[in-house]
Amino acid sequence: MSEALNDLGAHLEAKRPDCVTGWEIAFGELTVTVTPEAIPGFVELLKTDPTCRFSTLIDITAVDYPGRDKRFDVVYHFLSMYQNHRIRIRAEVREDEMVPSIIEIHPSSNWFEREVFDMFGIIFTGHPDLRRILTDYGFRGFPLRKDFPTTGYTEVRFDEVQKRVVYEPVKLVQEYRQFDFMSPWEGAQYVLPGDDKAGDAGAKG
Amino acid sequence: MDGSTINAKGFEDTKTGEQKIRNFNINFGPQHPAAHGVLRLVLELDGEIVERCDPHIGLLHRGTEKLMESRTYLQNLPYFDRLDYVAPMNQEHAWCLAIERLTGTPVPRRASLIRVLFSEIGRILSHLLNVTTQAMDVGALTPPLWGFEQREKLMVFYERASGARLHAAYFRPGGVHQDLPPELIEDIDAWAESFPAFLEDIDGLLTENRIFKQRNADIGVVSEQEIQDWGFSGVMVRGSGLAWDLRRAQPYECYDEFDFQIPVGKNGDCYDRYLVRMAEMRESTKIIRQACEKLRVEKGDVLARGKVTPPTRSDMKTSMEALIHHFKLYTEGFHVPAGEVYAAVEAPKGEFGVYLVADGSNKPYRAKLRAPGYLHLQAMDHVASGHQLADVAAIIGTMDIVFGEVDR
Repeated sequence: MSEALNDLGAHLEAKRPDCVTGWEIAFGELTVTVTPEAIPGFVELLKTDPTCRFSTLIDITAVDYPGRDKRFDVVYHFLSMYQNHRIRIRAEVREDEMVPSIIEIHPSSNWFEREVFDMFGIIFTGHPDLRRILTDYGFRGFPLRKDFPTTGYTEVRFDEVQKRVVYEPVKLVQEYRQFDFMSPWEGAQYVLPGDDKAGDAGAKG
Repeated sequence: MDGSTINAKGFEDTKTGEQKIRNFNINFGPQHPAAHGVLRLVLELDGEIVERCDPHIGLLHRGTEKLMESRTYLQNLPYFDRLDYVAPMNQEHAWCLAIERLTGTPVPRRASLIRVLFSEIGRILSHLLNVTTQAMDVGALTPPLWGFEQREKLMVFYERASGARLHAAYFRPGGVHQDLPPELIEDIDAWAESFPAFLEDIDGLLTENRIFKQRNADIGVVSEQEIQDWGFSGVMVRGSGLAWDLRRAQPYECYDEFDFQIPVGKNGDCYDRYLVRMAEMRESTKIIRQACEKLRVEKGDVLARGKVTPPTRSDMKTSMEALIHHFKLYTEGFHVPAGEVYAAVEAPKGEFGVYLVADGSNKPYRAKLRAPGYLHLQAMDHVASGHQLADVAAIIGTMDIVFGEVDR
């Protein structure tokens, strides 16, 4: 299995040395890293090349790494029902960068790109209908970014006086509980009661 | 039709206001019994013909993927029951497979058999619901009443194995939570023996039923090209004659040692997909019986004892390390080495996959749930355009949409 994937990775790199920046096989899966602007051409190649025939788009998603210069990973998964193999395409994208849409090649990318836009705020150029899809009508913010709080910013309730649903800023009756179960000597984020005095004690002697 | 074109004979008559016809827009749902949940379709109709269909989804969006990022791997498992709540254990299976591949945990033989057994029970649960409610959408009331009786029996098996009828949380990374009592295996086997007779009854009600055939045959035809373009999987593929099944093509668990057929349709319409589902239930029954046969003789542990699984109760009574391990497992949780993996299972509705990015901590860095219904519903505009309004219900039914997994 992994030998065939090795051949496939080498084949793709040889075919498109300009857009493939690297490839690796981990856990029996082939991951090819490409540049964002090369995605449509590369996906087209994957679909038409007789040794690939990745005709089914499985998934498009993104991963947010806020600490990185190129903040997002846009990840594509493809499947070939004819050759019975899978591939993962990854492209690193800056926050202000746009990704070309592959809707011309795979019509099924429509909702996936809408979802990535909805959740991460990555804009796909050439997409005919880039609306929000999963969040509420009129929602603001991009929920799956790491800097978006899990509670969100607004909450809704039905107002008996106004006879309609009203939006209000989130009011938490208690602090949002994020338990940290890591051992104190294994990188816990909290300070044990009493440990805060350690600094002063150390200064004194 | 739209009042502006020149008629067939070439005369251009002056039109009064009433004669200028425009297309009619209607809202289908979000509260409609045939929408199978909270689906809002904005339909543009030309007479009774659907011109455009825009599904508005997300009314059941719970932010599962966001919530998962702040919980440990084990705490995330029950979220999978709530995706496709018609066949809960099949979803858990994908999550367990993803974790097992990243941590390199082997699954004991008996646990593997139990997983196959309950995955197939889940498949029957889902297909029973789909076939019978499909019949209800096109006008029959008896099939759902009969089918839900069988579903109830299956959910009792769920309950006897896991303690919960629906949200089981039974598959765990490294195996399954508890071993099955021998009586349960006998009861499941006895049920599987009697189940084909029930399928005959449904068969007699629907297969040659004139109304059912008229409402389903030649409706929502899907070609091989459309399958590739729209990313279909599961029965939507097999109904069109492609024998694509992950259990056979990319075997996971121990499916490769079971004897079962992959039923395929011929015409790719709603009726063929109904027939495929009926045939798949028969095949699943065969797998269940084989699994029961194997479970009778192959005893053993059902959890790979190690870092990701709890110690046995008896160990905890005698060993301090086991007690500490148990405590740390259920508070801190186990750590998964950094890496990314995509694990897919053949869920009843198609390919259900989990893309898991781990960063070495006790929580997933990112988990993306790939639901088959999401892609099927996306093709709604393509498949339903040109059909009658009444066929929309039949097409939604045949796509097997469950909003728990579409909206996540």
